[in-house]
Amino acid sequence: MSPVAIKTLAGQLSNAFMNAGAVPVEAPALQPAEVLLDLYGEDIRGRAYVTDDPVNGEQMLRPDFTVPVVQMHMNDGAEPARYTYNGPVWRKQEPKQGRATEYLQVGYELFDRNDSALSDAEVFALFYNILRPYGLRTMTGDIGLLSAAIDGLSTTDRRKERLKRQIWRPARFRQLLDWYSGKADNLPSRVVLLNQVATSNAETVLADAQPFLGVRSEAEVLARVNSLQEDAATAAIPVEELAVVEELLALNGTAAEALKILRGVQDRLNGFARAVDCLEMRLTALAASGIDIKSLPFEANFGLTSMEYYDGFVFGFFDGENVIATGGRYDALTQVLGQGRSIPAVGGVIRPDVLAAVGGGAS
Amino acid sequence: MSVLKLGVPSKGRLQEKTMDWFADHGIKLSRTGSDREYSGAVSGVDGVELVMLSAGEIPKELKAGRIHLGVTGEDLIHEKLPLWEREVVNLQELGFGHADLIIAVPKGWIDVDCIEDLDAVCAQFRTNHGYRLRIATKYHNLVRGFLRSRGVADYQLVDSQGATEGVVKNLTAEAIADITSSGETLRANHLKILSDGLILQSQACVFGSYAADWSDDAKTALDAMAAKTGWDVAKLKG
Repeated sequence: MSPVAIKTLAGQLSNAFMNAGAVPVEAPALQPAEVLLDLYGEDIRGRAYVTDDPVNGEQMLRPDFTVPVVQMHMNDGAEPARYTYNGPVWRKQEPKQGRATEYLQVGYELFDRNDSALSDAEVFALFYNILRPYGLRTMTGDIGLLSAAIDGLSTTDRRKERLKRQIWRPARFRQLLDWYSGKADNLPSRVVLLNQVATSNAETVLADAQPFLGVRSEAEVLARVNSLQEDAATAAIPVEELAVVEELLALNGTAAEALKILRGVQDRLNGFARAVDCLEMRLTALAASGIDIKSLPFEANFGLTSMEYYDGFVFGFFDGENVIATGGRYDALTQVLGQGRSIPAVGGVIRPDVLAAVGGGAS
Repeated sequence: MSVLKLGVPSKGRLQEKTMDWFADHGIKLSRTGSDREYSGAVSGVDGVELVMLSAGEIPKELKAGRIHLGVTGEDLIHEKLPLWEREVVNLQELGFGHADLIIAVPKGWIDVDCIEDLDAVCAQFRTNHGYRLRIATKYHNLVRGFLRSRGVADYQLVDSQGATEGVVKNLTAEAIADITSSGETLRANHLKILSDGLILQSQACVFGSYAADWSDDAKTALDAMAAKTGWDVAKLKG
């Protein structure tokens, strides 16, 4: 597909978003690296192009529009607000995949403090209707369900925090869950340390490892040893609670089925019913927007590996394995970028280059 | 006339051992002129020119095809050429220059033995100090790829091109990712290797460049070398 044809399609998508009430916005291609590094960690250096400026410090070619649009809104946006953008983003790709490193994104972002379910439904229905002529595969999920399930476990706050930190890294999450539920033995090295500390004490073990170097202090080491001791003495997560998390992770059917299954197990986790209520309200709002929730695909673990800043409703549209559009709710991101302020936000992006290649039902 | 360019390290033990290895296989590499002049001669096979280069330069010279063959460490090839399998072929493991790329932390971190611990400490460190735990290395690509595959994200890499073992003491990083052969320097600097922190096992190898000009004369010279060394050179000639 020629660049001109892709640009034309991007313009059509952009018009569709403007017709839905969005105000067009622009963002600088160069973004301060610090903000993105703070959000994503060192990994972002492997995914975004970094350049250096003697005055402004490290800069990144924007890997997406979400961060600058959120910042812009937090600075001077009226509420509620709908924005759309249309421009290139730059991403390093895994060397062996040979995928595009510069491509257009056309997006729609909605900032609204009122009914979250209605906002979720508005954004999803907009994407769904724009993309319907292309006959794509649709997927939805809800990362909020998993964090609500973790909150509802009968275990320590420390374990809950550790689990939540690993939500986006399924293998590591699985490992923690196995440890915390007693399905897997503690690490051998940790058992050795705990035995040493039990027979003498942590200070003595630390004294044997002198001299002590570095910024991380002896007090920090001792604090973690203490937390490992406490953790080893923590009761395992009850089997019936673990089963709910397992059931949730395995959900793979329609949205209506997922709701029914979760209603059946919700009371086994403290406070989990509220998250299921949210799901139901969203599905009601989607149905009112003309979406058939009895056939809408839903996977509870959808988005966990690729969509790190989303923390609630998530959705995607695919042509085979090619990602055409993704989106979701990212309330927590606005909190991080808002320095104390926050606003519920939901949005999504379409890749016109990949969509153009689908051809088919275009306009 | 010389048609095949062979790049070897320009100094140090790596150069000596490379010359010994080739001598054992009937190919004599020697320096010409003074000891400081980076030029050399080859006897035992015809049509081969010796090019003295820093071991760190050899990967990109191979990639560009400015040399046909080059001797360097696998660590440098993997770090500098992410697509190395498409750009070079490993003709011979030389059995020296052994080095492991590892992650090491202060010995005093008695609570840390493995990557799982490091990940937990990264979270603790960021909360306590307001910045991400720093890992000093010159192998940015390899370390980042390794930690990504292990699900660790809350750290930052800081560049260290030499004397990396000293950074913890100097308070410029909390951990290191570096090459070690015996582990002695690490121990002397009160560092310990994470039990599952081995990123790459490396040794010196002879690599062949796909991008080099494999003229008939170059192929003849390559065959002459292969006859003495037993290399499988079919891929380069294809």
